[in-house]
Formats: sequence, C-alpha cells, structure tokens
Amino acid sequence: MKRPTLQASRRPRTGDAILWLATGLATLLVLAVLAIILFDVIRNGTQKLTLGFLTKAPAEGMTAGGIFPAIIGTVELVILMTLAALPAGVATAIYLHEYADPMGIPTRIVRIAVNNLAGVPSIVFGLFGLGFFVQFAGGGIDKLFYGGAKVYGQPALIWAALTMAVLTLPVVIVATEEALSAVPRDVRLASAALGATKFQTIVRVVLPQAVPGILTGAILAISRGAGEVAPILFTGAAYFLPSLPHTFHDQFMQLGYHVYVLATQSPDVDATRPLLYATVLVLLALTFALNASAIVVRSRMRRRFSGAHS
Amino acid sequence: MNMQVAQETAEAATGSLSVGKLAVFYGDKKAMGPVDMEIPGRKVTALIGPSGCGKSTFLRSLNRMNEMITGCRVEGDVKLDAEPIYGPGVDAVAVRRRIGMVFQKSNPFPKSIYENVAYGLRIGGVNDRSELSGRVEQALEHAALWDEVKDRLHESALGLSGGQQQRLCIARALAVEPEVILMDEPASALDPIATARIEELIHELARDYTVVIVTHNMQQAARVSHHTAFFYMGDLIEFDRTDVIFTKPRQQKTEDYITGRFG
Amino acid sequence: MNGNEVEREGSNLTNLPLPPDDPSARVLRGAPAPVLTSHTAPNARPRRPRLVLKRPSIGERVTELVIHGLAFSAVAAMILILVFIAKEAWPILTSSAIHKEVTLAKMWFAQQWPGYDAPEHVWQPVSEVPKYGAWPLVVGTIKVTFISMIVAVPLAVGAAVFISQYASRRVREVAKPAIEFLAGIPSVVLGFFALIVMASWLQSIFDFDSRLNSIVAGIALSFAVIPVIFTVCEEALGAVPRSYVEASVALGAARWQTISKVVLPAAAPGVAAGIALGLGRAFGETMIVLMASGNAAILSANPAESVRTLSATIAAELAEVVFGGPHYTVLFTLAVLLFVVTFGINFIGDQTISRMKRRMGVSQ
Repeated sequence: MKRPTLQASRRPRTGDAILWLATGLATLLVLAVLAIILFDVIRNGTQKLTLGFLTKAPAEGMTAGGIFPAIIGTVELVILMTLAALPAGVATAIYLHEYADPMGIPTRIVRIAVNNLAGVPSIVFGLFGLGFFVQFAGGGIDKLFYGGAKVYGQPALIWAALTMAVLTLPVVIVATEEALSAVPRDVRLASAALGATKFQTIVRVVLPQAVPGILTGAILAISRGAGEVAPILFTGAAYFLPSLPHTFHDQFMQLGYHVYVLATQSPDVDATRPLLYATVLVLLALTFALNASAIVVRSRMRRRFSGAHS
Repeated sequence: MNMQVAQETAEAATGSLSVGKLAVFYGDKKAMGPVDMEIPGRKVTALIGPSGCGKSTFLRSLNRMNEMITGCRVEGDVKLDAEPIYGPGVDAVAVRRRIGMVFQKSNPFPKSIYENVAYGLRIGGVNDRSELSGRVEQALEHAALWDEVKDRLHESALGLSGGQQQRLCIARALAVEPEVILMDEPASALDPIATARIEELIHELARDYTVVIVTHNMQQAARVSHHTAFFYMGDLIEFDRTDVIFTKPRQQKTEDYITGRFG
Repeated sequence: MNGNEVEREGSNLTNLPLPPDDPSARVLRGAPAPVLTSHTAPNARPRRPRLVLKRPSIGERVTELVIHGLAFSAVAAMILILVFIAKEAWPILTSSAIHKEVTLAKMWFAQQWPGYDAPEHVWQPVSEVPKYGAWPLVVGTIKVTFISMIVAVPLAVGAAVFISQYASRRVREVAKPAIEFLAGIPSVVLGFFALIVMASWLQSIFDFDSRLNSIVAGIALSFAVIPVIFTVCEEALGAVPRSYVEASVALGAARWQTISKVVLPAAAPGVAAGIALGLGRAFGETMIVLMASGNAAILSANPAESVRTLSATIAAELAEVVFGGPHYTVLFTLAVLLFVVTFGINFIGDQTISRMKRRMGVSQ
C-alpha cells in the first residue's frame, strides 16, 4: 500500500460520484412517479370536480351525476371501523407495553400475531369476512333473531366495517405503542411514587399524553378504510344503490370500490372517464388530507417529547 | 517555543507535526487558538488541561476530523513533515491515512476481529489474502492483542472486553501504517489494569510512531509522554519537555493546574 | 390527588415501619414513641402505615381484565382467519361430490383435457368441462412479484441510502413525507393508473402482444412496494451509530467506502427486514394486479403476456360462484395457500433477520 500523496485530485473521487449519482437518481425516479400520478389525476380530474359532483348520486349508468352515496358510505364504514378497531388496538398496545412481561410467551405470541396480521393479503381478509362475519356470525344472528330470514347473513355494512377493523388493527397497535413509549419514564415513576395503582397511572397519566399518537393511528386506519377494496368486495360493498345505508345490515357504496367499478366495468368508457378521474381525485385528496394531518399530529407529539424516552 | 524542543525536533526522524497559528471556530465562536506548536516526531506528546480547554478540539484538527462537525471552521496551518495538511489542494482522506486516530470510547465495527483490522487495508486497495493476514497479525501484535485473539479472529469484535476492544481499535489504526497516531483519552473508559496495558503500549509505539495523546489524568501524562502541552480556556499556555512542565513550569497557570489548584 | 384514597394508616408522610425509638418517628407521629416492654399491648401502639400499594378497585380490576382479553384480539383474528378459510376449503379434501369435479391432485398435476393434444395445466373453471389447474396462477403470481421486486428493491434501497446519507435536512423533510404519501395511495388508484395511463404508454413504446401483462402489473406493483421497503431501510440506515462512521472516516475511508463497507452492512438486518416486508406485500396484493395484469390465466415465461395471480383470481371469480360448490371450495383453497405462503415469508424473514443480528454480535 503506497503512501498516498496529500494532494487532492481535481475531480471528485469516482466512487463518491457514482454512488451519489446512482442513489440520487433512484430518489428522483421515485419522486417522479408520485409527481406524474398526481399531475395526471389533477389535470384530468378537476374538470368534473364540482360541488354537484360531491352532492349528487350517480346517474345514467355511471356516465353522469356524482359520488355522494360513495362519500356517505365511506364515512359510515370508517366510523364503524374505527369504533371497533380503536378499543381493541389500544388495549393490545397497553397490554404489550404496560402489563406484559417482554420476554414472556404470551407477549411473543401476541407480537407474532400482530406482525403477521399486518402481512395477510387483503383478499384473504375479504374471504375471512365472508366466511366468519357474513356467514357464521350473520347466519347465526339470522337463525336466532330473524327465524332464518336473510337479514344479517349477507353482505352488510357492519360486516365490512368489522373486517376492515381487523385489517387495520396492526396500524392502531403500532401507532399506540409508539405513543406509549414516548411518555417519559419519570412521569410514570412520579405517579407511582404518589401511590397510584398501575391502572390509575395508565389512565390518568400515560394515556392522556399518548392521545396524539393514538390519533395518528386512527387517522392512518381511516385512510386505509377509504381506499381498500379487496376486503369489502364480498362483505358489503355495492356498485349502485338506490338509497343510502341506514341500518347496520344495509349495503353501501365506497370511494375505492367506486373507482374500481368505474375503471373496469363501465359500459361507456369514454363517457365515464372524466367521472372516474374526478373520483380518484377526491379519494387522493382525502388520503392526502388524512396523511398530512397524521404527520402534523406526529411532529407536534415529537416536539413535545423531544429526547425523552421511557 | 522552547529552544531545546526545536533542537530535538531537528534531530528527530519523520512524523513531526508543525502547527502554525491554528484556530478553530464553531460558527462565530472561537473554540481554540491561535496555537503554535512543534510536535516532535517519534515521541509521545501529551495534551493536558481542564475539561473544555480545547485540547480535544486541537487534537481533532490534526487529522481534519473537525470537518465532520457542521459549522466548524479552521484557520492557520498544520504541516506533516513540512507538507501542509490544510489547503485547497489537499485531500483530507489521504491525510487521515497518514495521521490515524483512536477514540475515547472504543468503536469497533460490528464485524469480526479480523475484518476490523483489515478494514483500513481493504479500503486502501489491499485485497490479497496472504498479505492481509500477515499485516493483520502484525498490527495485532503491535497492539499487544495478538496472543489473546489469534484463535478467534473470525468472531465478532463486539464480544471482546472494553480494554481488548480499545487495543483492537489501536491495531486497526496501526494496520494502515500511519506516521502519527492521535489518541483522545484512550484509557479513560478502562479499568486500571487495562489502562496500564495501554500505557505500556503507548510507550512501545513511540519507537515507530509519533503519538499525540489527550489526557485528563496528569499522572498518566507524566508517565507516558516525552513532551507535554498545557491548554487552558482554548489557548496553549505552555509546551515543554514533560519533566520540565511537571517540575519547574514557567507559567503560573501551569503550576496552578499541576498542583491541583483547579481541576 | 382526589380519588386516591390511600389505605394508609397514620402518617401521610411515610409508609415505612420505623423503629420504635427512632427520633424522627417521634416527630412524625407527634406522639411519644412507644417503649417496647412486655406490658405494651399491641393495639396501644400508634397505627403504622402499611407497606402496600393501593389495592385496585373492582371496576379497575374488571377493566384490566377486559384489556388483557382484548389484547389477544390479534391472536384470535389470526386463528379465526385460518380456521374459517380452511373450513370453507376443507371439502376439497373430504367431499366426494366435489371430488367428481376437482381434487388437490387435479389442481397441481397436468390433466388430459378433451380437445387438447397432451396433458396440460389449464385454469378454466367456467366452462363445460371445468378445469382447475393452479400452476398458471402460481406462475403468474411469481412473475408479477419478481418483476415488481427487481424494480422496487434497487430504487427503494438507493433512495434510502441517498436520503439518509447524502440529502440535506431540507431535502429530507420534503422527500420523506412525499414517499410516505406514496405509501398511502390506495392500491386501487395505482391499479387505475396502470390500467388507464401506464398500459397505453408502455404499449406505445414496446408494442406488447397484450396491452395488459405482467410487466405493466409488476411495475405498478413496485410503486406500492417501494415505500414499504424505503421506510424500513431509511430508518435502519439512520440508526447506524455515529461512532462507526467516525471510526471509518478516521481510518481515511472515502465517503462511498464508509457507506458501502460500514453503514450498509451495519444496517443489513433492517434492510433485509424492509425487503422481506415488501416481498410479502407484493405477493399478496390484489387490486393492482386485478386491474392491470390482463387476467388471463396463461402459463408462460414471457413477461409480456397477460397473467392471473392467485389473489386476483379469488377477487374476480368469487362473486359468481355457487356457494359451497367445487369452484367456491377451490378458491378458498387458494386463499389458504396465500395465507400460508405469506406467513412463511414473514416467518423466514424474521428468522433470517435475527440470525443476521446475532452474527453481527449486536445484543438486541
């Protein structure tokens, strides 16, 4: 190994230049994809994006009208889903972080389950919803309460919501755990030193500080709920309904599903196209708004606890 | 600058550092300097002073490691055997191959013992396996670690004790065959026995390398070094042979420090 | 501190039993310290605070029980999912009525169908002679997954390296949220984009035989996979301790050497985790392939041909099947396959990663 001269060469090191260029190019490509999609959707979607579009129902075989029922259906789905997913998800996170023995077998089982649940294909969730909720639970309810008539034993809002709740469970759990970890240890110790039980510490001290993180999880779950299609294909989504859903056992329309149908099953592709773009634009705008608020909530939470760890 | 030191510098072999009006700024704040110093080659020079006096900052300027801190600016010059290490045409990477560094807290890579020592050689272009093994063994012997690890070269370096890890970092630095070795409080995180071994090692290293060591332990400086520089509040107060500094220092502040009047 | 009725007796300031003639005890209790003689009756001693934590109330206990119960909802979900899809798929093993039309063997071995020259794997459930050869679906899934991974991995890892090692703070603050947003785009939108925009564009360049094929679907799928891999990799690269970087720089390594020989290897378990996560996502994705792959169950190695994946098949055909019939059962069998394979990918991924961590000597 020869002793290197201290003089620098005029051009930058080849290795440095290559690595910087290659990785920079990769980053640029990824961002370019996002930009292209957004640009295309905005350019083609704003044409039909009027107030009427948002408040009217579809008409004339999806070649005119609006997406109002899909918006309402999405909102109802998301509300029910969150009501189901939040308690279970927050409870799981509390158990994992506050009560469980980190090395214990139950903890490991729960963690394995959560990790794998996050990886289950969305269509498998749909089949699970069909087999368990619609047929088993719904069929059971029908037999017990409706004398065998088909009320709950068919695709319904409640079953789709519960299926989505199971799908988004890991999201809520992870976000809540992150929030619980961010609560500094000395606050818990102070509470215990004042004679509070573990439960009281959790409810009065830890959870209130963890609310922003839980909120982030809820927001991310809602974002999935608005856009996921496969899990609700067989558990409650419908292409066109004459009226809005007003009971748990009604079917519903949803933004993501609407995009799917408009894109693949339209009788008149050219006429539907502007409406399709507008629907995608609404869905993307909603996703963007939700993601942005999640980021804002998360950064405000981090600023509050900068540097503190439990 | 002391006449006797200058004479010794002229007689010494390669590896001397010549520091001229060196000052380090963080943004607008001056952290250290200006300092003039002639560090003799193939000798151990200790930098002492209370914490925050700038000795570590000075040390890090000698191999341009200060540049890793954003907002850091260096004025003045440093020459390695009359070759400037600062300046528009100088390659910092090459500087660090000739002026090596050992840190306060040992920082081996999460690789095997062998790969840690071989790292510097690999990035220097040495890939021949027999040459690598030979030089790894040599470096580990110079660092007085070979006997302890020769049977587990391919085990993770993180499995070694604190003292062994630090000697591994020294071996890693030696493998590159620098001319100067900078050490930033190399034994402060170690127990007394490990510390003694490191001090013994420093003594032997001075036969082949120039060693500059920062230490907050005055007795260590007295034990280990040939020359000592006393820093205080970012300035070099006094620089002389170690026996002079510790028996008849010329500056009052130096005397106050070594007699323990302030920490 | 209301509601905190502490079960303490005596002093509020201490709940430790103090030795009887400890002077501070006297001060605290405000009463003469008892002298321990044999005449002192126990209940003449001032009551001392007990060294117990407050006992939780019934309401708290019940709530805690509920919490513990709900905590296993994820476990219950996994079990229920497997049980209920296996339940609907079970008849393929047992029902003789189903076996008249299809058996597991018939799904995986080439069958001689009427009108064909040689035994072949054909998936054609809706026809006079229903054919349930599953290999075209498996091959289709592998093709699409493979294409999406070879596009996604270099781009995602490359971008992660750039953002964590080279980018300034401002660039990072723009790029990271942008990629997170890409992650949030629903897959139906990506499928829409592939179907309406990308397919025509690629067709005009390459002139494929089929406008919708595994290349189109694979590239669209990579858009969904890239953010998944990126997020995990970027975090792993950022978590590499600064001391390693410093050590490498002090040895005179150039920037690219430090990154490729120290930072990336140290982050390898995280990078592997990201890739494994992306692989699982690619394998099970439904909507993108449903919309962009052409949905023709063709068994071929040519990427430019239409394909059908396992998940898309289930999604497309389940709506029309007879409940409980052979087609229905086969679709659920495919779902079991999907579930098991995804679980396997996750499991192998986790094992590999912990082995990598152990080999690095990291005490995680």
